[in-house]
Amino acid sequence: MALPDLAKKPQRFTGGHRACAGCGFPVTIKIILQAAENPVVVGCATGCMEVTSTIYPYTAWRCSFIHTAFENAAATMSGVEAAYRSLKRQGKIDKDIDFIAFGGDGGTYDIGLQALSGAMERGHKLVYVCYNNQGYMNTGIQRSSATPRGANTTTTPAGTHLPGKPQYPKDLTAIMAAHGIPYAAQASMSHWNDLYRKAQKAFAVDGPAFLNVLSTCRLGWATAPEDTVDVAEGAVQCNVWPLFEVENGKWKLTFKPKKPLPVADWMKQQGRFKHLFQSDNTELLESIQRQVDEDWQRLLELCGE
Amino acid sequence: MAVAVETQKTAALTGNEAAAQAMRQINPDVVAAYPITPQTEIVQLFSTFVSDGLVKTEFVAVESEHSAMSATVGAAAAGARAMTATSSQGLALMWEMLYIAAGMRVPVVMPMVNRALSSPINIHCDHSDSMGARDSGWLQIYSENAQEMYDNLIQAVRIAEHPDVLLPVMVTMDGFIISHGMENVELLPDRAVQDFVGEYHFPYPLLDVEHPKTLGPLALQDFYFEFKRQQAEAVHRAKNVILAVAEEYARISGRRYGFFEAYQMDDAEYAVVVLGSTAGTAKYVIDQLRQAGEKCGLVKIRVFRPFPGPELSELLSGLKALGILDRADTFSTQGGPLYLEVKAALYHALKRPKCINYIYGLGGRDIDPELIRQALMEIKDLGSEQADGVGPIVRYLGVRE
Ligand SMILES: Cc1ncc(C[n+]2csc(CCOP(=O)(O)OP(=O)(O)O)c2C)c(N)n1
Ligand code: SF4
Ligand SMILES: [Mg+2]
Repeated sequence: MALPDLAKKPQRFTGGHRACAGCGFPVTIKIILQAAENPVVVGCATGCMEVTSTIYPYTAWRCSFIHTAFENAAATMSGVEAAYRSLKRQGKIDKDIDFIAFGGDGGTYDIGLQALSGAMERGHKLVYVCYNNQGYMNTGIQRSSATPRGANTTTTPAGTHLPGKPQYPKDLTAIMAAHGIPYAAQASMSHWNDLYRKAQKAFAVDGPAFLNVLSTCRLGWATAPEDTVDVAEGAVQCNVWPLFEVENGKWKLTFKPKKPLPVADWMKQQGRFKHLFQSDNTELLESIQRQVDEDWQRLLELCGE
Repeated sequence: MAVAVETQKTAALTGNEAAAQAMRQINPDVVAAYPITPQTEIVQLFSTFVSDGLVKTEFVAVESEHSAMSATVGAAAAGARAMTATSSQGLALMWEMLYIAAGMRVPVVMPMVNRALSSPINIHCDHSDSMGARDSGWLQIYSENAQEMYDNLIQAVRIAEHPDVLLPVMVTMDGFIISHGMENVELLPDRAVQDFVGEYHFPYPLLDVEHPKTLGPLALQDFYFEFKRQQAEAVHRAKNVILAVAEEYARISGRRYGFFEAYQMDDAEYAVVVLGSTAGTAKYVIDQLRQAGEKCGLVKIRVFRPFPGPELSELLSGLKALGILDRADTFSTQGGPLYLEVKAALYHALKRPKCINYIYGLGGRDIDPELIRQALMEIKDLGSEQADGVGPIVRYLGVRE
């Protein structure tokens, strides 16, 4: 797909929504919806995406859309997909329809993990997309289990005793791959072509698919609106957010930085790590770099690189 | 239509089996459910119907009740007739989704087998579970026995899906006492139930992708209140629908239902108000007392939501005394939920009876005829001219103090 061709495809997510200027997830939504060849039904968890796109009596969605609660986008869409299978089997509907569930990292990694695991295990033909902005942004930038170590959030505030979030994020993409689903992938809104291709693959498989898509939150990461794509790109270039896919159990790297950037360079782009550079945090920064390097090595092995 | 009355079959069934049979005949497009005692049997039986190809249903064996209700709501919104079933802790785990189902106006029907809530954990009957959900926006219908469970479930589909209503309905029966007790149940022919429930229509199905709609939006100070006002209005409208559906059901089944059943009330001077299986025991006691010349009666509430306040007030106005039996407490010092509701309904009555409340049977504690007789005698005394004051308003029946 060439960019001009992509731009010509009809938009199922319109402008005029109320996400912050420079927010990352609208890009993620648009690319994924454009990759769906069939009509879609979208389910969405409570979070920034839902509350900024469906303020009654307006909606930014030109496709069927349902939101019920925070932790259950996967369960709600399980029901929608089961309804579709039932009505199709009974000959009451003949169309091909794609089903997508969007959840933030809070609604996916944390409170919605059980519902997601259940839906993937049961094998519903549905694409679950985590639009991952590494924190609970809608409620005012709290930590999630996707927040990077050292980040300043409102529940891990950088103070005199604690330098931001103490834990590393968990590897949800690997957890989803371990469910044995036909397709799981990690992508970034900055690499639109890679994301588009992965979304196409996700829609094509006969079963559940999971996409974990890094989507900048310029408010929570404290970055300039015009840097949204660059910061997401930086996460990929420093191996904090590697791009890969697991197709029928086979791991494959889809992008390899020519010369990985130091993680600190990426962190310096963002206000949420500012405190780490205002005093001596050499040890912490070194251990973060070490962890990223080890994770990267393990990923290379998994991918047979 | 009258044909069905004659072609009904009598079967010896437990309450759970009767509920499962009703579900088989309703033949929903989707069932998403999770096991919990004493409801488990319904899910298991229904699964065998699915495995044996007796229903067209897509069965989703979800990983929790929260997901059961979420998937049921999703399926109903997609354009499929959807059901689930639960008890106790399962209903508690659904809490958040109960309000969402009602607020989204999805006409889901759910058998709910009454069981006590933890802690301490207890698998036996009381009404704490469904009573806690009484203000969730669901309609609630209580059943005295397996026959009523069967009849109420079938009617619930029509009530829920009526365009004037579009609200979820919970149909309850007492755990173990009814769910596991075997009785003769008259079953309608499959065809008659199919014709009665008809085709499912949800006005804004998600699967109608040519006419996309956004369901479950954010509505703020400028619109949220109107959504809720409309929801309240739908509950009002449900009253007429419940009676109309009951009338139509009587024509095919010969069994007649209203908001409540008045038993020996015509010349009664004092009475008890009850829910569920206790009505059976109380009727037995009232029959005995009647033989001894006592003017006592019973009101069994069938429809708790919407609450038939004015109708009940009309019936009860003029009684000398009334005892309301609650199988749940509100832990408010004000008495049980049924008591509070009945007393509120009586506030505008011209001749208010004296009212007391009995809380009984928590965690499945037996309620035997002797306890009910004792309560009725106290109620009678309360109504006598000589009684001065009411004494304790909230009394606990059959408990060690
Ligand atoms: C059961 C429940 N708990 C808490 C909340 C409050 N809440 C709404 S959105 C949200 C955080 C969302 O974070 P995420 O899923 O990462 O989405 P984001 O806002 O970052 O896009 C929280 C905590 C809720 N709506 N429901
Ligand atoms: S707070 Fe962050 S995620 Fe939410 S709309 Fe703004 S930029 Fe987007
Ligand atoms: Mg988030």
